[in-house]
Amino acid sequence: MDEFVRREIIMEHYQNPRNKKECHDDSYIKVNTSNASCIDNLDIFVKIDQGKIKDIIFNGEACAISTSSCSIMIESLIGKTIPEVQNFIENFEHMVNEEPYQEEILKEALAYQEIYKQNNRKNCALLPYKGMREILKKIKEDI
Amino acid sequence: MNREDFPMLQKEIIYLDNGATTFKPQCVIDAIVDYYSNYCANAHRGDYDISYHVDEQYELTREKVQKFIHAKEKEEIVFTSGDTESLNMIARGFFENILEKEDEILITQSEHASNVLPWFRLAKKIGCQVKYIPLDDQHYVTMENVKKSITPHTKIISLAYITNVIGDKRPIKEICQYAHEHNIFVVVDGAQSVAHKKTDVQDLDVDFLVFSAHKMCGPTGVGVLYGKREFLEELEPINLGGGMNESFDSVDEVLLKPLPTRLEAGTPNIAGVIGLGAAIDYLTSIGMEKIEDYEQHLRRYLVDKMIKIPHIDIINMESDSAIVAFNVEGIFSQDVAYYLNKYNICLRAGNHCAKILKKEVGVTNTCRISLYFYNTEEEIDELIDLLKDKEKIWKEML
Ligand SMILES: Cc1ncc(COP(=O)(O)O)c(C=O)c1O
Repeated sequence: MDEFVRREIIMEHYQNPRNKKECHDDSYIKVNTSNASCIDNLDIFVKIDQGKIKDIIFNGEACAISTSSCSIMIESLIGKTIPEVQNFIENFEHMVNEEPYQEEILKEALAYQEIYKQNNRKNCALLPYKGMREILKKIKEDI
Repeated sequence: MNREDFPMLQKEIIYLDNGATTFKPQCVIDAIVDYYSNYCANAHRGDYDISYHVDEQYELTREKVQKFIHAKEKEEIVFTSGDTESLNMIARGFFENILEKEDEILITQSEHASNVLPWFRLAKKIGCQVKYIPLDDQHYVTMENVKKSITPHTKIISLAYITNVIGDKRPIKEICQYAHEHNIFVVVDGAQSVAHKKTDVQDLDVDFLVFSAHKMCGPTGVGVLYGKREFLEELEPINLGGGMNESFDSVDEVLLKPLPTRLEAGTPNIAGVIGLGAAIDYLTSIGMEKIEDYEQHLRRYLVDKMIKIPHIDIINMESDSAIVAFNVEGIFSQDVAYYLNKYNICLRAGNHCAKILKKEVGVTNTCRISLYFYNTEEEIDELIDLLKDKEKIWKEML
């Protein structure tokens, strides 16, 4: 993905994050996710319906990278089945950690293709996915 | 001043995070290397020359600390691993034994976590209460608010002399005087003050003072617990073991050494203590008054330039210390820090370990500049150039 396009995507999602709002609906599963090394702090709320992601909401204080990454993750995951979500997360993590991954799955999330070059921001991009992993764990426990 | 003394300052780097830790001058590094290279032995075992020399240097540092903070006796100086450990020792080893359920501990919302959590634990254990002295609209502690917060149950006032978030200086001398008239102990967290201004524990009349070597040009992993002798005598050692005991014939016959050794169980951080001694010599050679004056000048220089930038919001306009907390309008503090990092400028974004501050100041995160005597006007000019251009920050913050 072209550097200019990557930047555009990130800034667009940072300035207009999708579904960034409060959530008081008990039918959502909630996690809080933060990094020990920085000050990003996100709440992520997920609603599952018949094995699929029906909706995701997030809120909190975080930098441009975590905020945009969370927004893109939300757009990418809504409508996906749990195995699809798992697959998406794995591919994203591989990309950030410089391991082989399938480009065609990640789409807009490819905006973080070169984030590995900034070591101190890798964890920011990964933060929402860390939260999503927690959610998946909770779902498994519930089944 | 004195930039040539610091190896870290020979690198292309502008370091504005001195509240977190400071750089070390070559003489401190040399003192530590000298110990490891030329007389590496344990302390308190002076049966042979090099070990005797270790004892000498270790105890000499104690005297240096005593003079540096103007303590009455050298036995009132206890070496610890740092500010945090010192505060925990005071809370657990001293106050846990004398506090009662109805007692109250007074702190503020802008204390560092190390001056909050030990009191929280103590309160939980004893069933007593931690209360807060309200801050004024500048987030300062005023005598008036101290007096208002004191009740007949107040037992301890524990405050940073200078806070690490907004750098306000507290009227410690007046607080001590008033507190002592009401039989209240005063604990002072000197982490951000001892490195930056002259400290006189007798003049202030504090009961306990704690600080870390690494924030004053010394090494990490070593710090000081100062206490008035009568209180240190009552401080129960949390660590028991080698070096601090006289004899231990049976469970009922454990005899401990006198102060301060009684409170320094195990092999101490000898290299660290020797490094602290060198740091004190170094700071003294420059002069604490000179350091304080220069930092105030530098802060004014910085603030005068920052207030001219419309998109910068300074949180602590008035402050007596070398700390400036600010935000760039509409940009998350961490993004500002990442942007500056691209130009090798180091400053801190975050809540600075005072997580409860947000209740008081209303901002959760800020960028924090903390200056030291080796910072320069030229460095500030570079910083200002980078902050002036909001478009540039916006473009380059990713
Ligand atoms: C005001 C204050 N208190 C306590 C501490 C803790 O010091 P240390 O981590 O060296 O124990 C700090 C350090 O950041 C501080 O700024």
